[in-house]
Amino acid sequence: MSNAQIEIQLIASMVAIACAIPGTFLVLRKMALITDAISHSILPGIVIGFFITHDLSSPLLIILAAASGVLTVVLVEFIQKTGLVKEDTAIGLVFPALFSIGIILISKNANDVHLDVDAVLLGELAFAPFDRLTIGGVDIGPKSLWIIGTILLITITLLFAFFKELKVSTFDAGLASALGLSPVVMHYGLMTISSITTVGAFDAVGAILVIALMIAPAATAYLLTNDLKKMLLLSVIFGVSSAIIGYWSAHALDTSISGSMTTILGLIFLFVYLFAPNKGLFSVLYRQKQQRIEVSLLTFLLHLGNHNDDESERHVKHLNEHINWQKVKAKSVLDLALKNNMITIEKDIIFLTEKGKNFTKEAIDYILTNKNSEIEHMKDRFFLFRG
Amino acid sequence: MNKKIAVQIDDLTVAYNYKPVLWDIDLAIPEGVLMAIVGPNGAGKSTLIKSILDIITPIAGSVQIYGKPYKKQRSLVAYVPQKGSVDWDFPTTALDVVMMGTYGSLGWIKRPGQKEKKASLEALEKVGMLSFKNRQISQLSGGQQQRIFLARALVQNAAIYFMDEPFQGVDATTEKAIINILKELRKQGKTVIVVHHDLQTVPEYFDWVTFLNVKKIATGPVKDIFNDDNLTKTYGINYKVSIQQ
Repeated sequence: MSNAQIEIQLIASMVAIACAIPGTFLVLRKMALITDAISHSILPGIVIGFFITHDLSSPLLIILAAASGVLTVVLVEFIQKTGLVKEDTAIGLVFPALFSIGIILISKNANDVHLDVDAVLLGELAFAPFDRLTIGGVDIGPKSLWIIGTILLITITLLFAFFKELKVSTFDAGLASALGLSPVVMHYGLMTISSITTVGAFDAVGAILVIALMIAPAATAYLLTNDLKKMLLLSVIFGVSSAIIGYWSAHALDTSISGSMTTILGLIFLFVYLFAPNKGLFSVLYRQKQQRIEVSLLTFLLHLGNHNDDESERHVKHLNEHINWQKVKAKSVLDLALKNNMITIEKDIIFLTEKGKNFTKEAIDYILTNKNSEIEHMKDRFFLFRG
Repeated sequence: MNKKIAVQIDDLTVAYNYKPVLWDIDLAIPEGVLMAIVGPNGAGKSTLIKSILDIITPIAGSVQIYGKPYKKQRSLVAYVPQKGSVDWDFPTTALDVVMMGTYGSLGWIKRPGQKEKKASLEALEKVGMLSFKNRQISQLSGGQQQRIFLARALVQNAAIYFMDEPFQGVDATTEKAIINILKELRKQGKTVIVVHHDLQTVPEYFDWVTFLNVKKIATGPVKDIFNDDNLTKTYGINYKVSIQQ
């Protein structure tokens, strides 16, 4: 690996981490769309900053861009508060307006300034190592690395300092407010950090793809854990691995680095969405099938209990003749009951065992007292084999 | 009655988009009562609690908690919001939600430690939810979620408790368990204020009641003012409830 390659991967990974942290809270706050808005509406801030400084990585440019990001949020909330339009409409009104101001400014001054719309929208990570920061003639690394490094340091410091405040204001803003932990301050703090991160990342991945780096790692992590700290950690891991895998696939295919990174993010999400242990699509489908047969089992056991004294109701053949179950289903329910020692069969007559009786009784009790969720935990105690 | 006044509300008016939802409310809640706030949908019951707690800013009037503004008395007050106001798919556990009750006394930046954890576990035990401490909150039933919220308020160890519909969507056992804890709080001399929907249970559960419908209709001891006259004034139709004396 050349120096430049290492630097690119380092920048990409830091961008990914800096995006994943605020992204996690944005996803939990159901504000994914606002990142999309911010990533576009920082453009006028960037352009005006660029006119003043003629330097894409100047701190003034970052401050101005962050300010236009926060302005977006303020405007969206202002329009929403009129009660005339809903939030998504307000977002759809605000960010194209700000974005188009940026576009007009660029095209009006295209002859004087060299600011390429493509570069703003898509970024170009491959060029990042060429723009270097020198202090007293000594080369101390690419500018982008220093910018995103500083932003990342600020983000991590704030995360550690205000983790509990962020958590409570995200989960229950009413309580946070009553406790005096101002959710408004947290809200605008998060918006400011998101805007600053977007500007810092935009140099590397562009305004459009930065939203993927914010939302996709968090959305993927959300499918895998029920713990906020783990969710943050997983988002960071997904972000960094897609940055590095993305870089090498771009290298192999000779294509855009940011495009590859985002594609990898999408593929990771797809994989987790399909195969996640609890919330994944296959897991959900499997569980539904399992529950379907287990409900049938309960129905069947209840039926046996109700007809304790009538042998004709408990004949093996009765299942498909009277309860209207297909042969296959009747057989699998019967097998499941046998495997779990809920029933015994003598001369084609089914008998409920003591265990079967207890299981049925407890399940019915939970259903009658409206504690259906307890049935799942009860199954762990009774079942030798699941459906 | 020469009891201390826990909550004093004067001329409180709250409006959403210039439309008043609470109009010129005067209300003095004496210390040590278990009070129900009743009224039809849209009467401003939740809004009243939220404006007392400074979550909503009123356009006029003042609220005093033991003679001082709420901002100076936060540590005396615990709040249980409506269960539906939060996202129960949030990635966290029952214990963690209860711990959030300690965040107020901790203040900014400081993290909860062993002391806060112990208090939270004790609160979970009190509401009968200790064995669920590590359960993800979306895996809890409605009644269990409500108990978690109650535990979170208990851990604040406040003097005044505000609860927004704590009986909504809970089963009969949980309702009994919750009301017993609320009565226990009253016995300890605490003031409990509950937004309540089930008029049938008002005389059984509460000793004080406020009728609200944008304006305050009446407030006082249940045995004196919980009658057809006030119910009709509040709900606008002739309400018949059997009052157990």
